[in-house]
Amino acid sequence: MTAINNSILTLILLVPLLGAIAVALAPDREKLPNWIALATSLVTFCLTLHLPAHFVVGQSGFQFELSRQWIENPAIFYHVGVDGLSLWLVVLTGLLAPVGVVASWKAIRERRKVFYALFLVQQTAMFGVFVSLDLILYYGFWELSLVPMAILIAMYGRANGPRAALKFFLFTFIPSAPLLVAILWLYAQTRSFDFATLQAAIAHGDFGSWPLFWLALAFLFAFAVKVPIFPLHGWLADTYCEAPVALAMIVAGKLGLYSLLRFHIGLFPVQARDAAPVLVGLAVVGLLYGACLALVQRDFWRLMAFAALSHLSLITLGIYGLTLTGWEGAVYQILNHGVVDGALFLLLGVLYDNYATSEIAEYGGLARKLPRTATFFVIASLGMIGLPMLGNFVGEFLILLGTFTGVSKGWAIAAALGVILGAAYMLWLIQRLFFGSESELALSKPPEDLRRGQLAVVWPLVVLMLAMGVVPGLWLPAIEGGVRLPQTTEQLKEQVVPQPLSPQPAAPTATDEEGPQ
Amino acid sequence: MSAVPDILRILPEVLLTLTGVAVMLTDATQPTERARRPLGWVAAAGTMLALWASLAQLALPMGTGFSGTVETSVFTVFFHALICGLVLVVLLLSLDTLPEDSHHQGEYYALIVFGAVGMCLLTSAVELLLVFIALEISSISTYILTGYRKHTARGPEAAIKYFLLGSFATAFLLYGIALIFGATGTTQIYEIAHLAPTATNQSLILAGLGLMLVGILFKVSAAPFHVWTPDVYEGAPTPVVALLATAPKVAAFALLMRVLYEMLPSLRPVWSPLLWVVAVLSMTVGNLAALRQQNVKRMLAYSSIAHAGYLLAAFAGLGSSGIAAACFYTAAYAAMNVGIFAVITVASGYEEKLPLIADFRGLIYRSPMLGGLLIFFLASLVGIPFTGGFMGKLASFSAAAEGGAFWLILIGLLNSGLAAAYYLRLALAAAHRPAGDRPAASTPQVGIAVGAALLFAVAATLALGIAPGGVFDAADASAHTLEAPAAVSSPPSNAVVQH
Repeated sequence: MTAINNSILTLILLVPLLGAIAVALAPDREKLPNWIALATSLVTFCLTLHLPAHFVVGQSGFQFELSRQWIENPAIFYHVGVDGLSLWLVVLTGLLAPVGVVASWKAIRERRKVFYALFLVQQTAMFGVFVSLDLILYYGFWELSLVPMAILIAMYGRANGPRAALKFFLFTFIPSAPLLVAILWLYAQTRSFDFATLQAAIAHGDFGSWPLFWLALAFLFAFAVKVPIFPLHGWLADTYCEAPVALAMIVAGKLGLYSLLRFHIGLFPVQARDAAPVLVGLAVVGLLYGACLALVQRDFWRLMAFAALSHLSLITLGIYGLTLTGWEGAVYQILNHGVVDGALFLLLGVLYDNYATSEIAEYGGLARKLPRTATFFVIASLGMIGLPMLGNFVGEFLILLGTFTGVSKGWAIAAALGVILGAAYMLWLIQRLFFGSESELALSKPPEDLRRGQLAVVWPLVVLMLAMGVVPGLWLPAIEGGVRLPQTTEQLKEQVVPQPLSPQPAAPTATDEEGPQ
Repeated sequence: MSAVPDILRILPEVLLTLTGVAVMLTDATQPTERARRPLGWVAAAGTMLALWASLAQLALPMGTGFSGTVETSVFTVFFHALICGLVLVVLLLSLDTLPEDSHHQGEYYALIVFGAVGMCLLTSAVELLLVFIALEISSISTYILTGYRKHTARGPEAAIKYFLLGSFATAFLLYGIALIFGATGTTQIYEIAHLAPTATNQSLILAGLGLMLVGILFKVSAAPFHVWTPDVYEGAPTPVVALLATAPKVAAFALLMRVLYEMLPSLRPVWSPLLWVVAVLSMTVGNLAALRQQNVKRMLAYSSIAHAGYLLAAFAGLGSSGIAAACFYTAAYAAMNVGIFAVITVASGYEEKLPLIADFRGLIYRSPMLGGLLIFFLASLVGIPFTGGFMGKLASFSAAAEGGAFWLILIGLLNSGLAAAYYLRLALAAAHRPAGDRPAASTPQVGIAVGAALLFAVAATLALGIAPGGVFDAADASAHTLEAPAAVSSPPSNAVVQH
């Protein structure tokens, strides 16, 4: 078993890459690339399931670790491993890959080989971000993840692909320049790119506070754009409008949020605490701002973009509330958001494939014509709103609870208001799309409802939403173990450097709240 | 003087010269109607032989030959192999893309090979006069190649511009050599290194170094000596640009390292800030100008100016780590640039049917392979991880980080963010669905020779990005030979005239 445990992460990284090569080399016959991509993504998903099956909950540190020297000078290691923080994110990425393939099945009609090859490369890059423990390796996957995304947006963009791709790429690429400078600076001081080594060196107080301030800012900036945190969300709406469905469902959120938790809070706990009040404020503003803009959108992709901004801001709030409950809720909510967004995008993709427009006003009264789509859309929307018994409720509850008890009641109330607005725009969207009188468009042609393949992925997603709402105990213990890590370093830091008046008392809740069960 | 026969010290150059002469003579004696394409294969075979000979030189003990004028060391082998590899790719590329009916094909191949002789010699010469001669051999060949398309207006224009400015720059170099000779009484690089710190007339040495730097920086097209680059690249045939943009610059960078680190390391406090300024200027000027270009070759010309800047950033590194980084970056730079020009040659053909960025629209739809390769090389130029371009930048900037030049790194990395914008314009044009109203341009054909050239460039770029260990080691070893040459090889005891 140890042999498998050591190499499982490498396998997860390699299989999509090999699949991509297979797609590229295979003959371009009808649906052959689709099938290869589907098989690859299913195999990868099964491989990711090995992780939770053999993950030891409660054991501190990284598991399934593998470290090999990659380059001698500069000392770069191929160092991978997961802990409770990244465990479920890896599985989520594995889960969304087949969903993405199915969502693209009919939508992608030309140059299938290019699409699926790049889609699989994108998978490898995302896995790489979650499992890398060497900063250069991490940075490598981080940057690599931009390339297939940008090319695919340009190639398969709906109206103005290249422009959206350029915007997306530059928005993420330019902030990563200071990130690399910061990494190189750390290397010049410590001769190491290793996460744990750097974490220890920083916690030990090897650096002055000014360098640390700038380093933390460089890290924060790069990740905040990627999340995105208000007001750095300029790329989000265009990308959602133009990106193929399979990519839109993975583009925002988890990479940036994970990086914030792991590298910003993990490496620079003191600086993160100093920045937290600002970030909490921005998160609440982003939450309300996103929800308000989502209310007035006429295009459902743009609506989804601002809804995403709103939801991601809520997660950011959970992260920078700096409470254990909030962190647990944040990680859990990243998972929920991934699942719900995956389902919603798949279903909106069905509408778009049928009618080739994303103008909400063109739709109406589709519930009778597309009963299955409508049913699942309603369920997924309820999930997104945070209906009790569904996963989002648990995550949102934990985040709001953490904010209420650990940060301030005012922010928590404002955030709760945003969540209510979230219910408003989603319910209104359902009404405009599926109910009311049948629009001209709806009457124009007989649409095609969910096919068997799509049902095969929507059903598991819906079941998963329910499971995550009813038995969060399956997921939360591992997550809790993962988020304890930054917490402990923070306490450690407090002992080493006595904190003068910190603007945010960041009182972490001593007791561990479980889910509402 | 040494046990090694002198001829072995210049074996690659000798082989290349013989190949060039053979190609030239055969060309002259064959009837005009006979195809000249086989001559290209002869040239390629000769270059391969020279590549082998360079690698075989590793077996020789490090040292000098011909009265201390030519050196063989890991450093020279590194650059010889690089130059021979580049010339080989360019020859293969030309074999399939030069029009069958063009006259003077024989001299085209001969000139490329003769140019290679000059470039190789430039990296192994440790005598300033030989340096000058080698530079002239390589320059004159490239001047003629630039004007190879005589029937167009731009070809001769580019050649004349390149020739006039180039000879002006070489004159600067020669003047610098004269001044340094005046100050130290010798033109042998090791002896200058030995005598320069104690020479009485330091200002003469400084002036000499300054003038030499003008000449060398012109050759690597670093700002502010870059103005010739876009015009020459635009006018020259694309396969020739693939050569111009890589091999002569590689040789000139080798010379720059030799002059700075081996000849005048004592003047480091003077030349280090100078190169800092040149590096920042090159990056910024190159990138800002590239942003506004519509012509692909002009854009890539400015991009090569910017890359010269990134490379010069490595010179802010301390001692051998700086040299090693610069060597590595040179290799990465060469691999990705020869690759992208090869792709552009194939995609737009010898007649350059696709001069503008907008013309590349839909390339990936017409030919997924070429489009994919174009995007791949552009990604490497942007500095996306797992390509040579990223590792090169990483090496160069981490060397600068060790030297404490954080502003330089920050400027450099922000510049590479800026650069992504124009590389991306080309990449996204290639990925954009072709416009429906325009008739689709024909799908470019990829022959065996070109295929081999592309494969070679891709393999090199990928290998430098994924498994750079070997090249890093070679670069390290080269750096060490350059840093402490006196310890390994004793300078010949010529009479030294002291003023």
